[in-house]
Amino acid sequence: MNATKVMSPKMGSRTAAPRKFSLGGFFKAREAGIVLALIALVAFTAAQNPRFLSAQSIRDILLGTAILAVLAVGQATVMITRNIDLSVGSVLGLSAFAVGSVLQANQSLPVMVALIVGLAVGAACGLVNGVLVRFGKVPALVVTLGTLYAYRGAAYFWAGGEQINADELPAHFLKFGNSSILGIPWLVVIAAIVLVVAGVVLRNYRAGRELYAMGSSPQAAELAGIKVGRNTIAAFLVSGALAGVAGVLFAARFGTIDAAAGNGYELNVVAAAVVGGVAVFGGSGTVWGAGLGALLLTVIGSSLAVLDINQFWQQAIVGALILLAIGADRLVAVRVAKALKKRDSHV
Amino acid sequence: MERQDPGAAPLLEVRGVTKSFGAVAAVQGVSFPLYSGEAHALVGENGAGKSTIVKMLAGVHRPDTGTLLVDGDPVEFSSPADAKAAGIAVIYQEPTLFPDLTVEENIVMGRHPRKRLGMIDRGAIRDEAEKLFARLGVRIDPGRPARGLSIADQQIVEIAKALSADARVLIMDEPTAALSLVEVERLFSVARNLRDEGAAIMFISHRFEEITELCQRVTIMRDGKHVSTDPMHDLTVDEMVRRMVGRELDALFPKQDVTPGAVVLEVDGLTRAGVFRDISFQVRAGEIVAFAGLVGSGRSEVVQAVFGVDDRDAGTVKLRGKKLRPGSPRAAMAAGMALVPEDRRQQGLVMDLSIERNVTLPRSGALATLGFLFGAGERREARRWTERLRTKYGRLSDLVGTLSGGNQQKVVLAKWLSMAPSVLIVDEPTRGIDVGTKAEVHRLMSSLAAEGVAVVMVSSELPEVLGMADRVLVMREGRIVAEIDRADASEDSVMFAAMGQGAAA
Repeated sequence: MNATKVMSPKMGSRTAAPRKFSLGGFFKAREAGIVLALIALVAFTAAQNPRFLSAQSIRDILLGTAILAVLAVGQATVMITRNIDLSVGSVLGLSAFAVGSVLQANQSLPVMVALIVGLAVGAACGLVNGVLVRFGKVPALVVTLGTLYAYRGAAYFWAGGEQINADELPAHFLKFGNSSILGIPWLVVIAAIVLVVAGVVLRNYRAGRELYAMGSSPQAAELAGIKVGRNTIAAFLVSGALAGVAGVLFAARFGTIDAAAGNGYELNVVAAAVVGGVAVFGGSGTVWGAGLGALLLTVIGSSLAVLDINQFWQQAIVGALILLAIGADRLVAVRVAKALKKRDSHV
Repeated sequence: MERQDPGAAPLLEVRGVTKSFGAVAAVQGVSFPLYSGEAHALVGENGAGKSTIVKMLAGVHRPDTGTLLVDGDPVEFSSPADAKAAGIAVIYQEPTLFPDLTVEENIVMGRHPRKRLGMIDRGAIRDEAEKLFARLGVRIDPGRPARGLSIADQQIVEIAKALSADARVLIMDEPTAALSLVEVERLFSVARNLRDEGAAIMFISHRFEEITELCQRVTIMRDGKHVSTDPMHDLTVDEMVRRMVGRELDALFPKQDVTPGAVVLEVDGLTRAGVFRDISFQVRAGEIVAFAGLVGSGRSEVVQAVFGVDDRDAGTVKLRGKKLRPGSPRAAMAAGMALVPEDRRQQGLVMDLSIERNVTLPRSGALATLGFLFGAGERREARRWTERLRTKYGRLSDLVGTLSGGNQQKVVLAKWLSMAPSVLIVDEPTRGIDVGTKAEVHRLMSSLAAEGVAVVMVSSELPEVLGMADRVLVMREGRIVAEIDRADASEDSVMFAAMGQGAAA
């Protein structure tokens, strides 16, 4: 009977606010918001300039999204654990250059092997990040800021000012970057596979749930017997490996690779994840959201181009979106906390 | 009450464990058994080492010496996972849930039931949570996120976690500190059921009525040492209190007799929602007023609000009859108030600055020439005060972080004393300081009072409170529950008031 008394008021009055926080409800709301924004943006742009919906334009958007989405999935995995990986742009560059060099030397190498090479290079970079965060007890922000420069430096050192041109790469590899299966570009297929696998693992496997738990409360995760250190390394490994794959996709799509490939991508990736509802403080968000965020950012970019608006506005709009996303999260969190403080007062 | 055959092997035994942090021995040679079907109370003052024991049982700390035995076999926990695997579940004072995850997922975290392909089985999770809540007789929606649950409900979820892990030993570290009476009753009925089903319960609380109600055996600790372990019915509450505090007051407290002057500090109706309420007191010049009470009773929060570090929701603070602006330490300092905070490393000192800079920090404006600090003035000032406080250091330019705890505390004191405050607030002035330095800090406080400074002291150490204070204000659960004059203050009277047995005392 005590239970009834204690529970009943909150059952009624509190369903509204905190319900939004459930992984389902809140992020469905967030994802629905992104979809709405996308529809509005596409409709407006298409009305201004019907070429925006041409096959080529859509294709460009999807290809661009594919690379960003693969990176964003990795980033989301890391951010869910209350960490961040700023090195992804550099890892992409290093991987792209490594794969380009390997293909340059071995023209007959299958695409699959190229993907594996990129994945391995990225995984190695991610492992270094993870180990430094885990054993160095240094915040991920600092570690990956350092490796951002270190990996980029390695790429410059390796390239030595040279660039790999499309005519030096095997034709089948370039074709992979532009061909489709059942009308869907290969790059998009790969991004979709990455998205689905990561989404399912994070949602339906113990390992995935542990990542959420770690991000939600690192201390409680430790006490719950979760192997926090091991999982942290694994998350960075995934992020690095996916950045490596993204590097291969980048090489296949553009054909021209220099040491600066992917320069500055890291902030786009973080932006995509944050706009897609992945909390910077960990514990919540989905890779679906991150993928949608990547799509939204890419669509914004190309619609601004189609509408002939200054590129400057793209950055301003992305910035505004991030502030909006973080502001909304913060607002809800503060409200809930305040309500809670007054209600739980025992004084 | 006799539900245990004492001949049987205890479910869990702590045997001669010792744990030190740096030079400080937190726990020394403590032993006690936890029997199946029995609730065992662990009592002691703040800092007696109870929490360290809990953390060893939880696998967070490893004992330096001594052993833990489960079912008579020695075990070593290298991580909380090991302790969990051995069937030990810990419910901390502050519940450790994952706010972003659902209640049901909190319960099964790390042990999710799985179905084909190793995927977690959400249906089974829901069923398990519902079954557990039915067994506990509570109504919590398993699908809601843990964020926003009341402390009481969070504790119920923690118990559900323990049940779902088939824990045989349930350790509750002050679970009732933040609960209302109704909620305590609910928690106890759950605990009693578990106990009667054969679980061993270790219960830590400062409330004797709870201890006597739930427990069959009690272990008393003092200063990290084991005092006694007895069946509950062999002990009276008075005897327990005596054993908990049984220390002797000696020359540690060189209190000078001072005739109090005019009222300097006047606090009226100070309230901060959810933390403390309706706090009113006055302090006269030359008086030392101590805030006593348990950790978490709101003492530090009160003085922080008085000084203006924390905001306040209602009430006034007057210094020499002049109202102070709320939420402004700057105004408080300008009016002649100084606060020596509880956590000197975080709040009292800038660890990466030199001793002289730390001492002169609040006065850097006054010591500057044309807005610049040239160093000579700072050094002169710093030398004067550190000498007066007999601070031991190599050079004034050494980093404050290199000093010992006691000397760091003296630097904090020097910093505020150099401002010649009329009200000095000290929060846990001697925490983590060795006995010799303690006496020096006490002597200093006493001589300051003799010079006419109004001193407000927050202390968890009863001997210090009794030895130094002219008046003792006892706080419990955010209110002042007793005001005891020096003549009437005793360990018993303060302790009873702090634990809510004022009438019995």
